[in-house]
Amino acid sequence: MTMHAEEFQERQVEVAGWPVNVTSYRLGAEWHSKADNVSPGANLVRVTGATRDEAEGKALRRAGELLARTRRRPA
Amino acid sequence: MSEYARPETLVSTAWVAQHAADPDVRIVEVDVDTKAYDEGHVPGAIAWAWNTQLCDTLRRDILSQERFEELMSASGITPETTLVIYGDNNNWFAAWALWQAKIYGHRDVRLMNGGRKKWLSEGRELATGKPTVRPTNYRAHPADLALRAFLPQVQEAVEGRSAGLVDVRSPQEFTGEILAPPGLPETCQRGGHIPGARNIPWGRACNEDGTFKSADELRQLYGAEGLDGTRPVIAYCRIGERSSHTWFVLKYLLGFDNVTNYDGSWTEWGNLVGAPVEREVAKSSARV
Repeated sequence: MTMHAEEFQERQVEVAGWPVNVTSYRLGAEWHSKADNVSPGANLVRVTGATRDEAEGKALRRAGELLARTRRRPA
Repeated sequence: MSEYARPETLVSTAWVAQHAADPDVRIVEVDVDTKAYDEGHVPGAIAWAWNTQLCDTLRRDILSQERFEELMSASGITPETTLVIYGDNNNWFAAWALWQAKIYGHRDVRLMNGGRKKWLSEGRELATGKPTVRPTNYRAHPADLALRAFLPQVQEAVEGRSAGLVDVRSPQEFTGEILAPPGLPETCQRGGHIPGARNIPWGRACNEDGTFKSADELRQLYGAEGLDGTRPVIAYCRIGERSSHTWFVLKYLLGFDNVTNYDGSWTEWGNLVGAPVEREVAKSSARV
C-alpha cells in the first residue's frame, strides 16, 4: 500500500521551559505527530491520533513529562 | 557559489524517487528504532535500527567487520551497490550508518539530502510494505580506523593541541548546564566539554527543510571557529551519532582530509576519572 503525507505542518512551542518542535501530518485517515527538542534536535515522542489536535496534544503531553525531568545545573 | 567537495555523496529526494527501484540501488531508512519506518517509508526502502543493528549490543562499540558483513548481506547489498541512506531528524542516525559503511570500505554510499522530513513535506509516495530482499555474501574491507578517534588520540590532541576539537552538542550541554539533550536520560557524571573544544551544534549545518547548507555557508560556519581543514579535526558529541553528521559535513561536503569521529564522545570523557573538563565558552577561536 502506498500513500502520501498530507497537510504536513511544523511549529515551535515551549514545553516545560524548553523549545519543542512539533510536527504533524495525515497518513490516510490517521494523524501522526512527533515532538523533538529544538536544541539539539532529538526525537522525544512519536504518536498517532484521530485528529491533528489529538495527535499533537498527546505528543506535547508526553514531551512535557520527559522534559520536566531534565535538570539544569548552575554554571 | 562553490560546490561541495564530494557532491556525489549526496542525492536529492527527486533522485531517490527516480532511482529507488533500480536493482543496483539500495535505499535504507535509519533511525534510532524503526517506528518511523513502520509508519511509511520511501517505496523499496529497508530499515536499520540504530539501537540494535548499528551498534555492538553487548560491549560498547561499532559493529565488528563480521556483523557489518552480516547486515549488508541480509540487506541484499553487494560491494557494487549504490547505498543511499536517509532518516529522521535531518539524517542524524543516517550519518552514523554512513560513517560505519565508510569505515568498512563501502565504495558508493550517499545520504538523501533533507532526509525523511523533506520526503514527507514534499508529499512524496510512502509505502508500508517491506520489500523482498535477496541476501548476498557481502565482504567488507578491514576497518579504516583513520576515520575514527579513540580516547588516547583525543587525550594526545588535548595535551599537544595537535588537532581542532569540535563539540557538536547543544550550548547547554557544552557548558554543563545539562548532562544530556532535554528529555533524554542523563548518561554521564560530569557536565562540560573537552578542554579546547569549539562548540558548533550539529544542526547548524542544516537548513530549515533539513537539507545541508551551501558549501560557502558551511565553510563560513566552521571557518569562523578556526576549522578550515589545514589541521586535523576530531568531532564529538554525547555518544558519537550527532558527531558522525558533522564528520560527514567536514569530510565530504568541505573536503577536509583529516577528520575523525570520536564516538566515545562525552559519555566516555565525562565519566573518566581525572579527565580535565572545561565549562567556559572560549572567547577566541584563534587557538583551535
